[in-house]
Amino acid sequence: MVSLILILVASLFFTGIVIRTKSLASGRKGPGIFQPMKDIFRLLKKGSVYSSTTSIIFQIAPSFYIASVLMAILIVPLGDYPGVISFQGDFILFAYLLAFGKFFMIISALDTGSSFEGMGASRESLFSMLVEPAFFILMGSFALLTGHTSFHDIFATLHYGSNISYLLGLLATFVFIMIAMIENSRMPVDDPKTHLELTMIHEVMVLDNSGFDLGLILHTTNLKFAMYGAIISNFFIGDLSLIYTIPIFFAVQIGFAIVAGLLESFMARFRMSHNPQFIFILTSVSLLIFFGVLLLLERFV
Amino acid sequence: MRLLIELFNLVAVVSIVALPFLKVRGKGILTLVTICLQVVLASILSFQVLSGSPVDYSYAGSFITGAIPIRIDYLSAWFILIISFTFFTGAVYGIQYMKKYIDQAANITLHASAYILAFTTLIDICIVQNSLVLLVIWEMMAISSFILIIFEHYKTETLRAGINFLIQSHVCILFLTLAFMWVRIKTGTYDFNGITAFTGSQPSIIGVGLFIFFFLGFAIKAGFVPFHTWLPLAHPAAPAHISGVMSGVIIKIGIFGILRVLLLIKTNFVTIGYLILVISVLTGIYGVMLAIIQHNLKKLLAYHSIENIGIIGIGIGLGCLGVGYSNQILIVLGFSGALLHTLNHSLFKSLLFYSTGNVYQLAHTINIESLGGLIRKMPQTAFLFLIGSLAICGLPPFNGFVSEFLIYLGMFKSISSVDFSLTALMLFSILGLVLIGGLAMICFTKAFSIVFLGTPRQISIDKVEQEKRASTLPLYAIVSVIMAIGIVPIMFLKVISLPVGQYANVISVDTVSQFSEITHTAAMIGVYSAVFIMLIGLTIFIRRMVTKNRLVSVASTWGCGYNGSSNKMQYTASSFIRSYRKLASPFLHVDKVKREATGIFPDSVHQETHPHDKVEKWLIDKPIYAFRQLLSRFTFLQNGNVQAYIFYGFIFISLVILIPEIIEKVKFLINFLNQI
Repeated sequence: MVSLILILVASLFFTGIVIRTKSLASGRKGPGIFQPMKDIFRLLKKGSVYSSTTSIIFQIAPSFYIASVLMAILIVPLGDYPGVISFQGDFILFAYLLAFGKFFMIISALDTGSSFEGMGASRESLFSMLVEPAFFILMGSFALLTGHTSFHDIFATLHYGSNISYLLGLLATFVFIMIAMIENSRMPVDDPKTHLELTMIHEVMVLDNSGFDLGLILHTTNLKFAMYGAIISNFFIGDLSLIYTIPIFFAVQIGFAIVAGLLESFMARFRMSHNPQFIFILTSVSLLIFFGVLLLLERFV
Repeated sequence: MRLLIELFNLVAVVSIVALPFLKVRGKGILTLVTICLQVVLASILSFQVLSGSPVDYSYAGSFITGAIPIRIDYLSAWFILIISFTFFTGAVYGIQYMKKYIDQAANITLHASAYILAFTTLIDICIVQNSLVLLVIWEMMAISSFILIIFEHYKTETLRAGINFLIQSHVCILFLTLAFMWVRIKTGTYDFNGITAFTGSQPSIIGVGLFIFFFLGFAIKAGFVPFHTWLPLAHPAAPAHISGVMSGVIIKIGIFGILRVLLLIKTNFVTIGYLILVISVLTGIYGVMLAIIQHNLKKLLAYHSIENIGIIGIGIGLGCLGVGYSNQILIVLGFSGALLHTLNHSLFKSLLFYSTGNVYQLAHTINIESLGGLIRKMPQTAFLFLIGSLAICGLPPFNGFVSEFLIYLGMFKSISSVDFSLTALMLFSILGLVLIGGLAMICFTKAFSIVFLGTPRQISIDKVEQEKRASTLPLYAIVSVIMAIGIVPIMFLKVISLPVGQYANVISVDTVSQFSEITHTAAMIGVYSAVFIMLIGLTIFIRRMVTKNRLVSVASTWGCGYNGSSNKMQYTASSFIRSYRKLASPFLHVDKVKREATGIFPDSVHQETHPHDKVEKWLIDKPIYAFRQLLSRFTFLQNGNVQAYIFYGFIFISLVILIPEIIEKVKFLINFLNQI
């Protein structure tokens, strides 16, 4: 329950910090950190324009999308405090819920009958397929390390004993930041601020969404960022009490947002054809983590 | 019990005899009534078994077969239920699907008899435990499936696919015959218990060898890679209800066979587990990798059957490893996952095939590239296909998620095993299953959205007929079961716990407590699925409330400045999967015919892609080609000259008579030489 509230709060300012960091890095003053939320509220109040080729799928997909992410957020714990939903293997449900939302976004993009949106959908489906193994192997490594199979049990019993385990935590953080960047279609893989449809992924999928639906989609992105931030913060929390947990949580969220902003400021987007290779690197890094865990537990033969 | 089984078979015989004497309409009704009656009988039988009274009796048989034991345990009962449900929906759907063939009376008689026969033989395979009788029934099943597939036998493609199926079925029977002969020679009995007795008294390597023979046979039927090549040919050739039934349950009889042999055989289960697991992961990945590049909707679904067989196999492999390492939790999770996924796949795959049948009936094509925008004309079929797609991708809150979850949980639980090789294998299978899931999503987003969404590509939407209620009604029955498994999986897991218990040799207290823990988790998943549905409902409701009085206008899709003829500018299925195809090109074989635009005033451009199966090319086509090359060297023998043929006959007869004589002489000579 704690994590749910905290994530909802963090989602309000997360993108704002990212945008602010980017403006500062490029020497501008930039908008206030709540400006993205104001934009979303403005969108939520607007009417909509629907394409004549679209069907009911296009109208319901954004709602399905946000519902799936909200449901996934319910699973995320905060240190010793389990999420609203917690059971053995809950991270499998987590991953599949996100996939459910993505399924609907992809088919809604194809519903418009536009070639741009088809292109975005094609890339999104391929890239999200390539990301999945990294997440599952990472969770597999932690299941191996702790002997538990639920988010809460894993994070609550995660202790950093030796030097290797610190390294593992660091690598895992890296992998999760990258997963978050890819899942939210941010910089090294996708540039949200590009003006050319041919080079977009997520943005081009929602070209035809407007009004309330667009607001939902934009806020879902915020929620997803905050959700991944919360998972990353779990690597550092362990079983501390709430007094320490909450500041750490926000520190991690803000740090993550700044990192995301800096990445976007100082990195160029990869060539689209090189993206799969980059995403495969994440899988190999998580394999590295897996073997690191094996080394730690002295399970190698 | 005995009466039920006899009645079950009697009904089939009577109605097959009666079928030719009826009018076409009557044939349909009689088939439906027969199947319904048989389904009721079979269900009563299996419910009685599942409520705790397994059947075990024996017919005297003849001096050839020996006693014919009839044994129905929990495993048989579970499969009988799965088979019955799919055959029931198939019959109801088939009746309206066959209406357009109403003028082919003789063909329909054959088809209807084969349908009843296929159902009866499938059920009998589940209950008979005499190997000779089983092989006979298996043969009848294969031939009746062959007749079902070649309903449209006047099409060359159909006949070719049917013959391919027939040949591969017989290779399957060959392996089974060899395996059963091995047991028979060693033990002198046709009873299945002979397998247990034989392998129990031998070193475990013999058991593994015997299992490999059985596995090869059953793997051809089930469609494990590389024995899958008949599947993608047979499914598009058969009528929709047959494709659904075939993919839903006929290939599952191979899975049943493997599970049955695993119950009987006594050997090193770790080796078997490794074998099954590795083959299954490869099967799953290969199946879905090829499914993505298919343009024929039925062929795409056929490759997906291969993928799902892979997932079931992963479950079985995990279960075997559990037996081998006597790890109770792995037994429970692996076999429950496999058994539940068998049911799940039979549900969503038949749903998808039937809705594809609706598309074919109304739009007259199942080429994905020429379809589009069908949701306007057939909203119900589109909805049903969407449910099927979500379920087959293993997404919550549908049934596919539950079974995949059990398998995942088994892997994650056993990843922390002490044995390094097991850990590595689990890592490999997790990777495999995740890839399967992700690729399945690409595949079904493509299939659903290109067929049902956007604007029509090549066919005119006005020519598409309106859908009829009869063609969607049986599909809703399937959807309701899919939802039931998704929301109250515990109900089904309770039943599954019985056959699973057969594998955990002793139902220890440990198993029971482990199982209750898992059923608890499954119950939670069900609850959360319900919560998820409610959450979706809530967001939709809020959206509707908020946007009720908002201004809504309709415009054309964003065209970046040019809103030309949008149906030609749409993304196609090939373009949607292009980046995937490039990435996976080393594993795929796609023929491309391309005519590019040249010159100042170019002609029309044209591009065709034909996906092929590399395994089929290397395992079937090339060897057959080489074999034919070899045989062609002997064509001079077939010279059409009667005298020459008489000469061959003369040579043959002389050899038959002379060879024993010559052998005698040689023996005599050797003896003579020895004495010297």
